[in-house]
Amino acid sequence: MSGKKIKSKGGAVSYAKWGYIFILPFFLAFAIFQLVPLCSTIYYSFFEYYRSGLSIIGPNFVGLDNYKSLFESDFLEYAGNTFVLWIAGFIPQIVVSLILAAWFTDQRLRIKGKQFFKVVIYMPNLIMASAFSMLFFALFSDIGPVNGFLATIGAIDPSHPIRFFSSIGWTRALIALMNFLMWFGNTTILLMAAVMGISPSLFEAAELDGANHRQIFFKVTLPNIRPILVYVLITSMIGGLQMFDVPQILTNGSGNPNRSSMTLLMFLNSHLYSKNYGLAGALSVILFIVSAILCLVVYFSLNKEDSPANSKHSKKKAKH
Amino acid sequence: MKGLMKKVVAVSMAAAMVVPMVGCGGSDGSKSASSDDGKHYLNIWCWNDEFQSRFNDYYPEVKEVSKDKSTTTLNDGTIVKWTINENANNNYQNKLDEALLAQESADDNDKIDIFLVEADYALKYVDSDYTLDVVNDIGLTEDDLSDQYQYTKDIVTDSNGAQKGTSWQATPGLFAYRRSIAKAVLGTDDPTEVQAALSDWDKFDAVAEQANAAGYKMLSGYDDSYRTFSNNVSTPWVTDNEVNVDPQIMRWVEQTKNYTDKGYNNKTSLWSDGWASDQGPDGDVLGFFYSTWGINFTLLGNALADPDGAQEVGNGAYGDWAVCEGPAPYYWGGTWLCAANGTDDVDTIKDVMLKLTCDKDIMSSMTRNQEIQDYTNTVSGMDEIANDESYGSDFLGGQNHVALFSETAQKIDMSNVGAYDQGCNESIQKAFKDYFDGNVTMDEAKENFEKTITEKYPEITKVNWPE
Repeated sequence: MSGKKIKSKGGAVSYAKWGYIFILPFFLAFAIFQLVPLCSTIYYSFFEYYRSGLSIIGPNFVGLDNYKSLFESDFLEYAGNTFVLWIAGFIPQIVVSLILAAWFTDQRLRIKGKQFFKVVIYMPNLIMASAFSMLFFALFSDIGPVNGFLATIGAIDPSHPIRFFSSIGWTRALIALMNFLMWFGNTTILLMAAVMGISPSLFEAAELDGANHRQIFFKVTLPNIRPILVYVLITSMIGGLQMFDVPQILTNGSGNPNRSSMTLLMFLNSHLYSKNYGLAGALSVILFIVSAILCLVVYFSLNKEDSPANSKHSKKKAKH
Repeated sequence: MKGLMKKVVAVSMAAAMVVPMVGCGGSDGSKSASSDDGKHYLNIWCWNDEFQSRFNDYYPEVKEVSKDKSTTTLNDGTIVKWTINENANNNYQNKLDEALLAQESADDNDKIDIFLVEADYALKYVDSDYTLDVVNDIGLTEDDLSDQYQYTKDIVTDSNGAQKGTSWQATPGLFAYRRSIAKAVLGTDDPTEVQAALSDWDKFDAVAEQANAAGYKMLSGYDDSYRTFSNNVSTPWVTDNEVNVDPQIMRWVEQTKNYTDKGYNNKTSLWSDGWASDQGPDGDVLGFFYSTWGINFTLLGNALADPDGAQEVGNGAYGDWAVCEGPAPYYWGGTWLCAANGTDDVDTIKDVMLKLTCDKDIMSSMTRNQEIQDYTNTVSGMDEIANDESYGSDFLGGQNHVALFSETAQKIDMSNVGAYDQGCNESIQKAFKDYFDGNVTMDEAKENFEKTITEKYPEITKVNWPE
C-alpha cells in the first residue's frame, strides 16, 4: 500500500518521519529524566563531592578513589546480604507461583472462582511497600499481636517474647516473607499467561499417551514456559538488586542486627545523609553495570528461544 | 472500532510521556500566579505540631485557624503556612536544607521565614549564613532577652558571638517515676526521699537491684539513661575531624549491658511501642529519664488508659507519676525558633519571637496550663511559679515540678554542644543496640559505629575510643 502511494506522488513523500515524531516524546522524556542523570552520575563518581552541614565540599576530581574506597568498605558483604534476602524470597515465590499457575490453568481441575483468587493473590502488591513494612513492624514487635498470640496459645512465655528484630535470622526471614507475599501474585499471573499460551493439543496428546499430572507438568508445561521463567528470574534479580524499601523501613534504615540486612541500595542511601554524590555515584555506576549485564542476558536468552523454535518449524515444513 | 481504540491508546500513551514534562515546566507559572492574589504568607517549618499548637493557642494576633490546621490567619491578614516534615531518618533536615539552598531564587511567598531547630543540630544552621541575628537583624533588644535562661541563648550563639535563635522552653532533664512502684520498691513516693535514694549512679544501680528483686524493672530499655551520660561529657563529639568517644558514653554502654544481662530493663528502644506501653497503665518500669517537655508531650499521653478520655486521676496512670532530679544533671531537646535569611517578614517574626519567647505572662500561662505544663524560658516567671504554693501538676500528683528545676535550669552547661551531635548520638545508640542484644561483641559494635559515622560524615578521619 505504501509503495503505491509513494509511486503516485513521485516517491517524494516518506511516511517514516511520522514514526519518528510519534516516538519522539519517549526519547525526549528518556533523555531528560534518564540519560542526563545517568551521565551526571557517572561524571560525579570521579569527584569528591559532599555536604558538611550546609556547606558544599567539592566537586574535586579524585579519579578512581571513590571506587577504591567502595571496594575497601563492606561493599561485597552488602551485595551478599542483598543476594541472600533476594534468593530467600525468590525460591518460595517461584515454587508457589508455578504450583498456582499449574492449578489455575489445569482444565481437569476446574477450580471455581479463579478470577477471585487471581485478584486476591495480586492484592499485596497494591499496598505500598513502606506501609506493608510498617504493618509487619507493628505486628512482629516485642509487644505486638504476633507475640501476643504466641503467648495466648502457650508457645512462649509472655515475659520473654520472641524479639524478631533483634535476631538476624528472623529479620531476614521477615524481609524475604514480605517480598514473597508482595510478588508471588504478579509472578503467578505471568506464568499463567505463559501456560495458557501453550497449545492445548500438547496437553491432550500427553493425556492420551497416558501421562500423569506430574509428567505433564515437568515434561510439557515447564519446557514450554522456559522463556517466561527466564524473564521472571532476570527481572526479579534486577528488582532484588535494587531491594530497598522493605528492609529500610523494617530496620529503620540501619540494616541491623549487625548490618546483616543492609542491602546495596540501603548502603547507597546511607551516603546520602551527607549528600555524598561522589561515593553514591560510584556505587550507582557499579549497580548499573551489573543490571545492564543482567538485561543483556535476558535479551539474548529470549532471542535464542526464538531460533530453535523457528528451526523446528522449518524442519517440519521440509518434511511435508 | 479496533482502529479507534488503537488511536485512543496511542494518543494517551503519547500524552502520558509529555505530561510529566509539562508538569515540571508549569509549576513555576502556578507559583507566581499565587503571589498575585494579594495574600501574604509567613512560612514556618517544623517537624511536629508542638510549636504549632502553642502558636495557635498563645500568639495574641491569631485570628483563625483553618480546619485542617495547615494555615493560621493573623489579624493583619497574613497567612501563616505550616510545613511539617517528620523527623524520621533525617527527613526534616533534608527537606529544610534543600529549601534553604533554594531560598534565594524562591518567590517571596515561598521563602522560609521561620524554621525550628533542635539542640542536637542547632549549630549546623546557627553557624551558617542561613539564619538571622535576633538582635541585630530582627531587632529584639538585650533587655527583651534578659529573662531567658542563659544556656538557651548559648546553644544558638554562633562562633562570632551572635545569637541566632530563641526558644520558649528550657529543658532541664529529670527522672520521672511511678509513685506506686516507688512505694513498692523504696517504701516511699516522696520526691525528696526518692531523690536521696537515686542521687548518684552507684545508688541508682543499687535501687535497680532492689526493683528487680521486687519484680519491677528499673528502666524501660537501652537508650533511657543515654542523655544523662552524654550531657556530662568533657569534650565535644568532634574536634579536628576526629570523633572523640567520651568515657561517659562508655559508662552508659557498661551500665546498659549490665542492666540488660541482669534483666533490669525491658530491652526496648526509645520511641518504640514497647517503650511507650511501659509508661502506660500496665507498665512495670520504675522510671524514665525525661526532659521537661517530655511530661506533657509524651509521658502524659502514654500514661492514659483511654487516650481520648478526660485527663484526670482515674484514667490510667494519671496522677501516679512524680519527678526528681535523678543521678546527674542533664538536659534533653528543646526547640528553637530561627529566622531564615531572605525573609520579607522581619516585623512579624520579631513580634512572634517577642510574644512567644520573651513575654513572661504568656510563657507563665503555658506552664500553668495543666494540659501543657511546659517549663518555659522565663527565669523570673519560673521563680514565681516555684514559690507559688497553690501551683501543682495534677498529672504529677500535685507536685510542683517547676520548683524542682528553677535552680538546676540555670546551671545547665552547653559548652560541649556541636554540629555533629545528632548523627553521633543516633549512630552510637544504634550500633550498641546489637551489643546489648548479644548479636555482636564490643569490638564489632565499635567497628559498626565507625562505619556509620564515616558514612554520615565523610570528613571524619578517625574515631578515638577511651582507654
